[in-house]
Amino acid sequence: MLSSSAGENDNAIVTLAGVELAFEPEREVLSGINLTIERGSVTVIMGPSGCGKSTLLNLIGGRLLPDRGQVLVDGESVPELSRSELFALRRRMGMMFQSGALLTDLSAFENVAFPLREHTDLSEPLIRNIVLMKLEMVGLRGARDLMPSELSGGMARRVAFARTIALDPELILYDEPFTGLDPISMGVTAKLIRDLNDVLGATSVVVTHDVPQGCSIADYGYLIGEGKVVEQGVPEALYQTKSEEVRQFMEGLPDGPVPFHYPVSGIRNDFLGGGVR
Amino acid sequence: MNLFQVVGHSTIGHLNRIGRATLFLRQTLLGCGPIFVRGRLIVEQIHAVGVLTVMIIVVAGLFVGMVLGFQGYHTLIDFGAESSLGLLVAVSLTRELGPVLSALLFAGRAGSAITAEIGLMKATDQIAGMEMMAVDPVSRVVAPRFLAGIIALPLLAAMFSAVGIGGGYLIGTLQLGVDSGVYWSTMQQGIDFYDDILNGVIKSVVFGVVVAWIAVFEGYDATPTSEGVAQATKRTVVIASISVLALDYLLTALMFGGI
Repeated sequence: MLSSSAGENDNAIVTLAGVELAFEPEREVLSGINLTIERGSVTVIMGPSGCGKSTLLNLIGGRLLPDRGQVLVDGESVPELSRSELFALRRRMGMMFQSGALLTDLSAFENVAFPLREHTDLSEPLIRNIVLMKLEMVGLRGARDLMPSELSGGMARRVAFARTIALDPELILYDEPFTGLDPISMGVTAKLIRDLNDVLGATSVVVTHDVPQGCSIADYGYLIGEGKVVEQGVPEALYQTKSEEVRQFMEGLPDGPVPFHYPVSGIRNDFLGGGVR
Repeated sequence: MNLFQVVGHSTIGHLNRIGRATLFLRQTLLGCGPIFVRGRLIVEQIHAVGVLTVMIIVVAGLFVGMVLGFQGYHTLIDFGAESSLGLLVAVSLTRELGPVLSALLFAGRAGSAITAEIGLMKATDQIAGMEMMAVDPVSRVVAPRFLAGIIALPLLAAMFSAVGIGGGYLIGTLQLGVDSGVYWSTMQQGIDFYDDILNGVIKSVVFGVVVAWIAVFEGYDATPTSEGVAQATKRTVVIASISVLALDYLLTALMFGGI
């Protein structure tokens, strides 16, 4: 198994070992996650909604602390970093939120310029060149003066892309990049993730529940269910899995090992038991 | 839950909030340091919370001054003391009405806007996005608004008093017939720099700190949903208004009560 060698893998940029996390005492979100993300790869983390995928990104980004277990990014143990060390690490990371999280009072240009202005002392002409280069990469050089409210969902996400890569991060985290996009934007987004990863020599972690899009760009995939890694491997191997649970998810079947119903007491009680609510 | 549990639960809840608000104030004050270097951010916010509040302050100040002119005149004339109208209007405004009313208007106009803006930034992941870009949102977003509130409110209170004195003049001299020279000279003679003006300024600075603190805290602490932001905005106006009135009593007692 891969996880046993996780600690010694030289090529790993992110290592999670035995990570457990519960928001409330009785509701465990992650129960012993082991995963490794190879430098230079596009790794897709898939799983049903609410299985703790986004929580994984927040752990890697240091926004949440695990109850138990190790979170290593580029050899540094994220939960043990001080605030300034964490901020130094985050400067080498980019995270793209599902909503894009653009600053609504700044234009597309200023949004991309934001991290440059905050973290560098570059001259104005240089900032302009970098921003326009990044916007060109996502095909929105012409939209530089639009405000976030004037951008469509797909365009807003591309501006967010440009902002995420403004400082040339080594590690890019994507939270549900395909959600709420039309098929064309979805295809554009998938291609951008793959291309930017290869052009920039970065490492990408994509959290999604979109199996076809996720698998189309992934070098390696993890499937999460009920707080654990249920399957991992290259995309082709994931499709050919023997596990019924994984098959259900990969093929999108409505019922199976993952039940259609939210846990509930017997149906007889509710309809014939004379209950109040 | 029985009565005791309800009371205890809500008491602990309120204490907990006060504690968090205090820690947040400390964090904000620490965040103010780095932002001083970037004056532009503070100037922008002074424009948003201060300049855009000037209109409502001027209009309100004018009417309050006019009412003071009317009411003051009719009270003073019974004692044959209508010549002191200028002093009465000026003392009322500089000591009390200027700082208090402008703080209340400020809480309603600018405080609510600050809370809603920060709350929505939180709801739309902009705050989280900044954190992930290694930008401290307390320093970048909260501190400039906090400082702008503290700078803007005393200036607005001064404007309120000045316009109010003008309003009292309009009614007192032009309509009710108090001599214009007397209106100004009683004011000049009777107003004390420390007792009246400085105490008024101290009040409005204190109100500025409190209103701005409540506004940024409620925004930052808001539940990131539409309902949460609506609740937070409402709380800013209510808590800030009550705090201003209560603090006004306390400050007045300290300044003039000889405690």
